[in-house]
Amino acid sequence: MSSFPWLTVTVFLPLAGAVVLLALTPLPRRRPEAGGYGADDPWRWVAFLVSSATFVVSLGILTEFRAEPGFQLVEEAGWVGPLNIRYVLGLDGISLFMVLLTTFLMPLAILASWRVERQVPYFMASLLALETAMLGAFVALDLLLFFVFFEGLLFPMYLVIGIWGSGRRVYAAVKFFLFTMAGSALLLVAILFLAFRSETALGGMTFDLRQLVGMDLPATTARWLFLAFFVAFAVKVPLFPLHTWLPDAHTEAPTAGSVILAGVLLKLGAYGLIRFNLTLFPDASEDFRGLVTTLAVIGIVYGAVVALIQTDIKRLVAYSSVSHLGFVVLGIFAGTLQGMSGGVIQMVNHGLSTGALFLIVGMLYDRTHTRDLARLGGLARRTPVLAGVFLVVALSSLGLPGLNGFVGELLILLGTFDASRLPAVIAATGVVLSAIYLLWAYQRSMHGDLPAELESTPDLSGREYAYMVPILVAIVAIGVFPKPLLDRIEPAADRHVRLIAVEPSSADVVRAAGGD
Amino acid sequence: MTDLIWLVPALPLAGAVALLLAGKPLRRIAGGLASLLVGASFVVSVLVLIDLLGVGAEERTVAVKIFDWISVGSFEAPVELRVDPLSMVMALTVTGVGFLIHVYSIDYMHGDPRYSRYFAYLNLFVAAMLTLVLANNLVLLYVGWEGVGLCSYLLIAFWFERRAAADAGKKAFIVTRIGDTAMLIGIFLAFSTTGSVRFDEVFGAAGGLASGTATAIALLLFAGAVGKSAQLPLHVWLPDAMEGPTPVSALIHAATMVTAGVYLVVRAHAIFEASEVALGVVAVVGIVTAVYAGLSAIGQDDLKRVLAYSTISQLGYMFLAAGVGAYAVAIFHLVAHAFFKALLFLSAGSVMHATDGVIDVTRLGGLRRRMPVTAASFAVGGLALAGIPLLVGFFSKDQILAAAYEAGRTGLWITGLVAAFITAIYITRAYLLTFEGEPRSELHPHESPALMSVPMAVLGVGAVLGGLLGASAQTGRVQRFLGPVVGEPEAHAAAGALSEVGLSVIASAVAVGGIALAWALYGSGRVDWQALRARFGGARRALSRGFYVDDAYGALLVTPGKAAASFSASVLDTRVVDGAVNGIGRAFVRLAGVGRRLQTGLVRTYALAFLLGAAALVLVLVVRT
Repeated sequence: MSSFPWLTVTVFLPLAGAVVLLALTPLPRRRPEAGGYGADDPWRWVAFLVSSATFVVSLGILTEFRAEPGFQLVEEAGWVGPLNIRYVLGLDGISLFMVLLTTFLMPLAILASWRVERQVPYFMASLLALETAMLGAFVALDLLLFFVFFEGLLFPMYLVIGIWGSGRRVYAAVKFFLFTMAGSALLLVAILFLAFRSETALGGMTFDLRQLVGMDLPATTARWLFLAFFVAFAVKVPLFPLHTWLPDAHTEAPTAGSVILAGVLLKLGAYGLIRFNLTLFPDASEDFRGLVTTLAVIGIVYGAVVALIQTDIKRLVAYSSVSHLGFVVLGIFAGTLQGMSGGVIQMVNHGLSTGALFLIVGMLYDRTHTRDLARLGGLARRTPVLAGVFLVVALSSLGLPGLNGFVGELLILLGTFDASRLPAVIAATGVVLSAIYLLWAYQRSMHGDLPAELESTPDLSGREYAYMVPILVAIVAIGVFPKPLLDRIEPAADRHVRLIAVEPSSADVVRAAGGD
Repeated sequence: MTDLIWLVPALPLAGAVALLLAGKPLRRIAGGLASLLVGASFVVSVLVLIDLLGVGAEERTVAVKIFDWISVGSFEAPVELRVDPLSMVMALTVTGVGFLIHVYSIDYMHGDPRYSRYFAYLNLFVAAMLTLVLANNLVLLYVGWEGVGLCSYLLIAFWFERRAAADAGKKAFIVTRIGDTAMLIGIFLAFSTTGSVRFDEVFGAAGGLASGTATAIALLLFAGAVGKSAQLPLHVWLPDAMEGPTPVSALIHAATMVTAGVYLVVRAHAIFEASEVALGVVAVVGIVTAVYAGLSAIGQDDLKRVLAYSTISQLGYMFLAAGVGAYAVAIFHLVAHAFFKALLFLSAGSVMHATDGVIDVTRLGGLRRRMPVTAASFAVGGLALAGIPLLVGFFSKDQILAAAYEAGRTGLWITGLVAAFITAIYITRAYLLTFEGEPRSELHPHESPALMSVPMAVLGVGAVLGGLLGASAQTGRVQRFLGPVVGEPEAHAAAGALSEVGLSVIASAVAVGGIALAWALYGSGRVDWQALRARFGGARRALSRGFYVDDAYGALLVTPGKAAASFSASVLDTRVVDGAVNGIGRAFVRLAGVGRRLQTGLVRTYALAFLLGAAALVLVLVVRT
């Protein structure tokens, strides 16, 4: 065991970077007369280097990590003494990959924001502050500490959408904010209730997740608390019917905002469901499994059907997220090891492929200044590399075997099927629908006639290669060899799934019978 | 050598990766490199086959594990290849025919701006197809299954500037994916009931499954086969797939990919046999499709579409064979079909090459004098397809009909004869209108270059001599070799009154009759076929549109589906769901008294919430201390 505070350093390095950026704001701009910032101004580089450094540090976590079920690299310190709110960080195989996904995507999102010209230092500082908040939420083991991080990410995200977004950005930002706030309010109440309860039940007030787990709660109380947590996280996921903020937020957010929103922020909802709902209220989780599964399945089909008809490519991708996150939640609540592991690895996969889809939409927009599929077309002839990248990412997203998305989708559907067949069968229609809307979007932008005004569209630039290639490599690597991830996820997934495991699957029965 | 089986899919995969990443620098050698790699794959397959023949018939199944792929809890899907007679017959067919078509493509695609890309896709296809046939578990098979679907999509839509090509590619992918998804559920059910996805475990447990479960698994897998092998009702993508380059049609949409469904049924026959109805469904779907597609082929004017419907029909024949339990015969017909149908397609490609893409048989005619090699190739392929004695198709088709008859399925046998009659008609019509008579338009055709002619000649030899490999359902080399995997071929005590020779005579007579009828109509000059077309316009249109099945899907599924999606997006999501949620939100905002100026009010709301939270904490502190 190393005594190096890996988690604290990883979490707060970006925030430190943000502070440095703001301190550097008075530095002279290269193009002040244009009111903008030039590409060789220092701020983007500082942000990029800080986020890259964070990624490197997080790789240190990976080397320290052991494939065991419990929390590791735990760091503890007192914080608010009288309330026994403590600074407790730690991670298991589930949060490990959320942390890595975050630190991996952030430098790429920053690279993709090179052309942002307004208020660059503040924009970059917002992104870095956002990174700290997200990382903190993934590793906090004290409920109030979690809440602080969870709330803390709202403000920078609100700014990113509201200031640097497009079109109806303010409407989108406010909507995002209000939805999430509504959920957060319930979450705070529930957390406080739990802490009060612990005073009598555990003989001392605590917000520490590891201690609260063992607390006995009356069934009705547990159900109410479950719902309070659930609404907060379901908004984030987002689960049908709480998803309507997402298309607006995504559509108006700048590219980096969409990437982070889809890539990481949504995962926080699914992560919260595993970390808190399942862990704290296993019995209530079982009681509500039918409801959650139903909402997830509706979300899968509904999100896909609505995506079918979108002509704004960014909205299309946003609705595809609703569908794909439905898969994640379905797996988490399946009550089988395959479902849970699939749900976790699919969180990573969705972050990669949907993050990449938003990057591609950004590249398309930079070139054509439109997101309207009807005005695109024929680009594969002018920009074969962009077309190829788009195709690989679309195939990843639609779950083509050999790419990452399939691994998660297979495990989720298999795990769900093993527990209850009907939801898995209905959810599987999402597999067909995703092929329809993604290939349609691909055809409309890349195939057919090239509009005259797109005749001189350039292919990928060096910078664009720099942020797409790492994602493509990850997409292929996870698809071909997911073992390094699955081996680390499995112990933690197993620990969680035991809380709500369904009766031994029919397969186990056969296996046992075969053993005689 | 057996341990090196991984090279068989790996070589073309390496080619695909190299050509995708370095297409430009490799452009000049792309065709040669791709052909060479598939050729090398073929050589390795032959060496493995020799190894296999060197051991006893019962030891000819070897599993070669490459690496752990997806493994969670009791679920394990390794990348593990299976070397056995069935997989090797398939691998040899894929690499052998694949190699010839690669070589043919070197000249055919010469000068195309995406020449490297073409060979990358073609190599990728071969790699995926080999994964499909060499996989030793259902999930890895599914990887190949979807992989070939992807390549099919890429190659159909290869000339994506054309709307029709792009549409056709997408349609192929989506329609087959409907079947694929059913198949995926079948795999889940197999795992859920047998605890494994490995072939040995799943098929070994098949006998112990409840009949209903076995039926469900079998029919779900078969749904995948129906999609991939373009059987009713999921056949609609294949005629459109002819938008792709013709060598692609030859390789993917005739010789290999579309036969994957037949392979799957044969591979999984233990499950089909454990069900009381599954094999019957396979046989009936097969025979109905065979007749339906044969009739549709008569109505096609586009030579490639004739061949497309012909392929659908012949695949139906293969399913008929599998459905009556004649698995080895089904595979033999698969191999035979790979030869003669690839030959027919390459001949059609040669015609297109010579006529600058004109492929409408009503505008062709008299090409034999300008293109004797092509005409001869087409004729040989056509005669083999029609089942003229001593050509490969005669043996394989004869064995299918005999199997149906001897299984006591007289109805299937008679319908099969009808399909054979139709087959002889449409292929003779296609040949006569293309190559005989007087030219019907101003074209200046020329014979194709050697790189195209030689592969055609090799396939022609195969179509003529292939019968030597499987002249008898009981003693043919291919059939005996397959025996340990699919069950030894049994000599049926003739269930009916007719002997095998009698059956052969009847089948041959039917084929000759069909050719004669077509000749009378289209070749004798005594009938004005163009007048006939005009007179029976309605019937001809029905045939040419495949009895309007595709149109019905458009009207009954696609249009309402679009309307439903449109409703969901524009009314349900924005008005109902979002409206309700927004309404609730608005109510809250009003409560907070900041409804009028939302932008600035928001920060105040947040501040307010923050203060409330802090107050709550302070309150707690006060209460506690």
